[in-house]
Amino acid sequence: MIRVADLSKTFGRQAVLRGLTLEVATGEIMVVIGRSGGGKSVLLKHMIGLLHPDAGTITVDGTEITRLRGSELDGVRERYGVVFQGGALFDSMSVFDNVAFPLRERKRRAGVGEILDRVEEKLAQVGLTGMGHKNPAEISGGMRKRVAIARALVTEPEIVFFDEPTTGLDPILVNTIHHLIVELHRKFRFTAVMVSHEIPEIFQIADRVAMLHEGVIVETGAADAIQGSANPIVQQFIRGDVEAAGRVS
Amino acid sequence: MTERPLPRALRPLDTVGRWAIYVIDSLGRFGTFLGQALAAILTPPFKFWAFIDRINYIGYRSLLIIVLTGSFTGMVLGLQMYLTLIRFGSEAYLGPAVALSLIRELGPVLAALMVTGRAGSALTAEIGIMRITEQIDALTVMALNPVRYLVAPSILAGLVTFPLMTAIFDVVGIFGGYLVGVELLGLSQGTYFGEMQTFVDWQDLMTGFWKSLSFGILVPWVCTYKGFHCGHGAEGVARATTEAVVLSSVLILVWDYFLGSVLP
Repeated sequence: MIRVADLSKTFGRQAVLRGLTLEVATGEIMVVIGRSGGGKSVLLKHMIGLLHPDAGTITVDGTEITRLRGSELDGVRERYGVVFQGGALFDSMSVFDNVAFPLRERKRRAGVGEILDRVEEKLAQVGLTGMGHKNPAEISGGMRKRVAIARALVTEPEIVFFDEPTTGLDPILVNTIHHLIVELHRKFRFTAVMVSHEIPEIFQIADRVAMLHEGVIVETGAADAIQGSANPIVQQFIRGDVEAAGRVS
Repeated sequence: MTERPLPRALRPLDTVGRWAIYVIDSLGRFGTFLGQALAAILTPPFKFWAFIDRINYIGYRSLLIIVLTGSFTGMVLGLQMYLTLIRFGSEAYLGPAVALSLIRELGPVLAALMVTGRAGSALTAEIGIMRITEQIDALTVMALNPVRYLVAPSILAGLVTFPLMTAIFDVVGIFGGYLVGVELLGLSQGTYFGEMQTFVDWQDLMTGFWKSLSFGILVPWVCTYKGFHCGHGAEGVARATTEAVVLSSVLILVWDYFLGSVLP
């Protein structure tokens, strides 16, 4: 269980998070939606320990990670897998080496044969069998996202964070990536926190959805409940209603 | 809550105070960054292959520019010193004059400036691009220390390659001076090298060595720091690269003067 309580963060004079509270249950897919620049990625960076809040706490299975630093925080991060918005693949390495990297560096005892098997298995699961020798620059945007997913899952993490994993992809690739995430979630039962503004596609994959608006979560609920919400902010976002923007923002 | 505006009379004080805090904060970050890198150098796991890769990146790939600039520096020194010394009838001292200038001063400084221009800027740009494409964040969330992977091998490689680059610069420069003084202007080979053995001692070599060793820490430190803390987008990387080269070059000259004052 991940519990975010009263999280606040200000950059300069701009308050990005204003006492945000959110709970993510173990094993569920929680999708955080909201307008671009609304603080979704900032929230995610707090959850993975890349940013420290001005106020508030984040607790992962009873451990308050906002107090942790150095090796203690690394101990929590070893349970994480993160898929970054742009993939964040190491461009000096091949696809195979990118996926193998966390295994080689984190689990030093893993033998060469085991690493080979696990990387090939993960590449097969994301539909990239035989692509291990390519460099990230030689593959398409959709393939890079899939490599990033394979790298995030190769250590079999308990919690996986997805930062807008489908941004910049065509609608078919968006659905392909979403189905891949659902399939892998069914298989490995990790807790997933996804930041996205892919409406309505995310309603097909989310167990629960949280709407972030102006630094706070304005509504949380099952996908159906959010779609049927009476909250004008939620409805405006789901419908992409330009007219309503002035009224609710 | 909005901040209450300061009285006009206090505003210059406010500006100076903010600037002082910024400078002290930056120096603190800069020092902490080196401390983290040194801790990563001294504690396992050691990144041996990354270190070898950085030696290639900083040292081997800078060889051509070092040989080129070293040879022409020596040739210019040989020509100008010959023309000066001959006025006093002291052209026999051309060898030691060229050698001492190169070994004590020009070798370490010019080699460091050349490596900064070629490898230091590339180091900043490479790490800066890794920063803006979240590759450094990816390392961090894998519970891996990015300083250990990206900074420590560069500083260690700098410690090895800068003295070597300087030695090559010195040797090539001395032969550049030989080419002009002996082969072109007719000084005898025995005089050029013989007087050099008389006047250049171990202490001169050590002065050059300590300078190059300190530049070997300074340049990778500044360049990796600037890349690590670059701003957003291509503009941020470009600015960081410029700042890294300018700051490294200025610090090389300032530190050179300081060491020149305290070393024998």
